[in-house]
Amino acid sequence: MDGYGTSMRKSLLIGIGTLAIGLAWCFWTAGSAEEGGGYGLGRTATDEEIRAWNIDVSPTGEGLPSGQGTVKQGAQVFAAKCAMCHGPTGTEGPKDRLVGGQGTLTTAKPVKTIGSYWPYATTLYDFINRAMPFNAPGSLSPDEVYSVIAWLLYQNGIVKEDAVIDARTLPLVQMPNRNGFIPDPRPDVPSR
Amino acid sequence: MPRNEKPTANGPAADYAPDRMVSRRRFLAGTVSLAGLAATTMIIPRLHAQEVKPPEDPMRVPGALPRPYGDRSPFVKSARVGGAGPGAPHGWGENAPNNFNSWTPLQDLHGIVTPSSLHFERHHNGVPLIDPARHRLLIHGLVNRPMIFSLDELERFPAVSRIAFLECSGNSHDLWLPNAPDFTVQDTHGLTSTSEWTGVKLSTLLEAVGVQRGASWMLAEGSDAAGMDRSVPLTDEVLQEAMICYGQNGEALRPEQGYPLRLFLPGYEGNINVKWLRRLKLGAAPFMTREETSKYTDLMPDGKAYQFSLVMEAKSVITSPSGRQQIHPGFHEIRGLAWSGRGRVTKAEVSVDSGRTWQLARLQEPILPKCHTRFLLPWRWNGQEAVLQSRCTDETGYVQPTRQELVKVRGTKSVFHYNAIQSWGVERDGRVRHIYA
Repeated sequence: MDGYGTSMRKSLLIGIGTLAIGLAWCFWTAGSAEEGGGYGLGRTATDEEIRAWNIDVSPTGEGLPSGQGTVKQGAQVFAAKCAMCHGPTGTEGPKDRLVGGQGTLTTAKPVKTIGSYWPYATTLYDFINRAMPFNAPGSLSPDEVYSVIAWLLYQNGIVKEDAVIDARTLPLVQMPNRNGFIPDPRPDVPSR
Repeated sequence: MPRNEKPTANGPAADYAPDRMVSRRRFLAGTVSLAGLAATTMIIPRLHAQEVKPPEDPMRVPGALPRPYGDRSPFVKSARVGGAGPGAPHGWGENAPNNFNSWTPLQDLHGIVTPSSLHFERHHNGVPLIDPARHRLLIHGLVNRPMIFSLDELERFPAVSRIAFLECSGNSHDLWLPNAPDFTVQDTHGLTSTSEWTGVKLSTLLEAVGVQRGASWMLAEGSDAAGMDRSVPLTDEVLQEAMICYGQNGEALRPEQGYPLRLFLPGYEGNINVKWLRRLKLGAAPFMTREETSKYTDLMPDGKAYQFSLVMEAKSVITSPSGRQQIHPGFHEIRGLAWSGRGRVTKAEVSVDSGRTWQLARLQEPILPKCHTRFLLPWRWNGQEAVLQSRCTDETGYVQPTRQELVKVRGTKSVFHYNAIQSWGVERDGRVRHIYA
């Protein structure tokens, strides 16, 4: 999905140019602290401020916190905090079905679940940590998130019952539908 | 897209009619008491829950006084309709607690701009209440200098405004289904709206932070309860057109549209225009969030799914006459909207005989890129059965496909990006009905 290097190099050049102009202007005005593209607006973010908001997790595992979880612990977390919306085994609903559905994507009734559809296991951490449970988002500890992920992956037949999920093991999990996605080919419908 | 994937027994058109009715209470709310006015001419008129009783002759009684924030006439009742995804009932009835979107009443609108109060909605965990004084935008990742901006600071940067459409990728999702319920154009196409958007260009802010080599994607994150996050490819198009918006139709963004700050990417599917924006993180690869992997991807018949299918392709629909309307023989102006995420609409054609013959419709100025464009065609209905259709062409030469052509390539399970030609059947009694033709 890359291939935007040219535009970014252009932006970089613009950036360097702007910086040069900005620097020259600073010297011209005897060192006044004009920053932020020459407008003097905004301020530098501190490391602490960035850490507090930098909650995303990428497929390489970047952003995963310390902590760990097991399938057994995950069963308890799921029963207490998730089952009311997703059903006791993650298949009953009423909200999104999370378990099963493998082999259904080409059928008349595709069932899109974590096991049948999600390409990256790391996405589970990013999403559950920020958005679940629906009625109390952001309330789970890292251990709870890791453990509920372990249980969901186990229920989908992706990890073994004794699996321990943490920042090292989660990015290594191979999802069944990892190669199920293609870059947008549109326009794909022939014109008359 | 759907959080609630529980199938409903009654199907899409279930409990449809009761929610058409605008409640009496709503009709009464906002009515100014004329009696109260007479007694309190020096104070700001208050709202009273009292029946609207217009005077016999409005020329013989003094009218209402100016007021701080206007409302429409109490006789105007056009309203959004709520929904909860494919197959779920439409309306505000018992299903209201499950609703996560609302449709714009396209059949009631004039021109191209959608009133902010009628702009369609799609939320992923409700509308947050945000104090603008405390709201911040953080830009970090592959930048030379990570920065934080307050709302006041963002409003001081050079401003840009642009009139453009915003369409949910799931607009018309029910039209993939094999049956054609008795829908209005609001039900079939109401997840698109047009506004004048005002803000600062993304490129202005990126110059401020200094983009590092290798930064080709940007994570945009909202401060709602879903922490909505999407990866944006930093293409030339995005770098030239993307805006960080604080204004909508001349005033601050509505809460449902991201107050106090949203990302706006003209022509791209609704959900990537992240609302309640709090963070932009530049990176070398897409972040593969839940929304761009398991949700807003388009499943094809071979089991593969289109990913980062961002552009909204050219689409048009006749808004009048349209579904569930009743017409009478004689003159009608066929009116509709056409739009394309790839640029300007160059042509809108109308057929009244199910696509056998086509007539060129008039395009109403302004004709703007990536914006609703109004088309119009005079028509005299002779009382015979008719099938009304519109198809548009955009500046890239792309022609809106028929439903048959679209389904032939994509099957019926992709949920998103349905843009086929819409058919309205006119029955002999003048009843207009959503059909597949």
